[in-house]
Amino acid sequence: MSKPIDQYTWQELEVGIILPPGTAREYDTGDWRSQHPVWTKSRCIRCGVCWTVCPEGAIVEEPGGYFDKNHYCKGCGICVKECVTGCISMVPEEE
Amino acid sequence: MAVKAHRVGMEVSIAVSHAVQLARAEAIAAYPITPQTHIVEHLSSLVANGDLEAEFVNVESEHSAMSACIGMSATGARTYTATSSQGLALMNEILFIASAMRLPVVMTVANRALSGPLSIWNDHGDIMAARDIGWIQIFVENGQEAFDHSIMAFKIAEHYKVLLPTIINLDGFILSHVVEAMEFLDQETVDSFLPAYHPRFSLDPKHPVTMGAFAMPEVYTEVKMSHQMALVNSYERIQKVWDEFGDLTGRRYKPVESYRTKGAKVLLLTMGCLSEVAEEAVDQMRDAGLAVGLLKLRLWRPFPFEALRAAVGGTELLVVIDRALSLGGAAGPVLAEVRSAFYPMASRPQIVGYVIGLGGRDIPPETFKEVVAQAQAEAQQGPTAEYHIFGVRG
Repeated sequence: MSKPIDQYTWQELEVGIILPPGTAREYDTGDWRSQHPVWTKSRCIRCGVCWTVCPEGAIVEEPGGYFDKNHYCKGCGICVKECVTGCISMVPEEE
Repeated sequence: MAVKAHRVGMEVSIAVSHAVQLARAEAIAAYPITPQTHIVEHLSSLVANGDLEAEFVNVESEHSAMSACIGMSATGARTYTATSSQGLALMNEILFIASAMRLPVVMTVANRALSGPLSIWNDHGDIMAARDIGWIQIFVENGQEAFDHSIMAFKIAEHYKVLLPTIINLDGFILSHVVEAMEFLDQETVDSFLPAYHPRFSLDPKHPVTMGAFAMPEVYTEVKMSHQMALVNSYERIQKVWDEFGDLTGRRYKPVESYRTKGAKVLLLTMGCLSEVAEEAVDQMRDAGLAVGLLKLRLWRPFPFEALRAAVGGTELLVVIDRALSLGGAAGPVLAEVRSAFYPMASRPQIVGYVIGLGGRDIPPETFKEVVAQAQAEAQQGPTAEYHIFGVRG
């Protein structure tokens, strides 16, 4: 989008609201969450279970081989529940 | 241009399917429901026999029919479907999406009462429950109009300044199932009138776009405003397409049509094929020396406010006929709209409303004569109710 969505007038909108592909990337769904997961990296066995179960695809494999969150995590906590070694815990969001 | 036309006698439903064939519909998804069945059944045969080159998708419900239509229309295909009553109700949530995505699907609705109680017979309860779906909505009166508008609807809907899905309302059974004489156009004439559909955007893996995205509170109102303005502004294009068709065939259509209104003190206002019965009643009343005329509302959405006011002129009494109820509300849907049209006017007629012909109740010319007599009495004595359900026992 060439400018923030709240600056568009009705006349400027494309007929049928047709947008370029992939614009959902611009929407930071992570700002909904009230808590986020934190990894204790020393206990991560790099099994990838958290990556598999994350409903948002928010967990990524990093060069070091462990997994971490990004800004699409909504804080559901499924990764914490499913982690084999219990190396993930939820931490409240701070202001 | 010399138009090649030929006169045929045919069931109106079959004529509609031939009009869709002549319009070269490319994609059809439909689920059969009485009294729409003959339309899609015949289209299915035309496709199966190779007489119409189109994709005919058999679906498991009307919800799926409209969903498939949206997908096919989004690929740029000329898309058609038809339904009725419970089927229209079942596709309800998808109807709003088709119009918001500005996909020019054309649909015939063979108007039928909604359950309950279960009724397969004609009234306008189905379409009035779908009044606010954001589609262009047109009513036809006879077989010829059903044929003509089935072709014109594609040209209106697909125009780049319109891009709105369009419904043609056709009274179930009492119009859909009658055999009438009609003038058919040949393929060459229809091709010259109706160009192929080439949307600016379509679903294409080589040129990906996002269609049907969600809207945050910051932009939802603007999206709705653009839809509203598109529907309001489609009025001009609708009339242009009807005029162009009139030049071609000599059959002219207007959003509000007048019948023997000259010098009329009372005007009836009707929609759909009951207008022909009302014409007969007006003729009889005129013969008896009563100054009664008839207005026929062809275009329901966008509502023709200015044209209606102009057609009513200085008439003293306007008698509005509804074929649907708004239970617990101010009036039938048509009466409510007409009253709104005249409320801001300094000079306006008295407006009295009657609901008739629910669930297939037969309407002979005598009904219109009695309605006019009752309305005149009410106009003199003052209103006794917000509106009246005519002929109800008890």
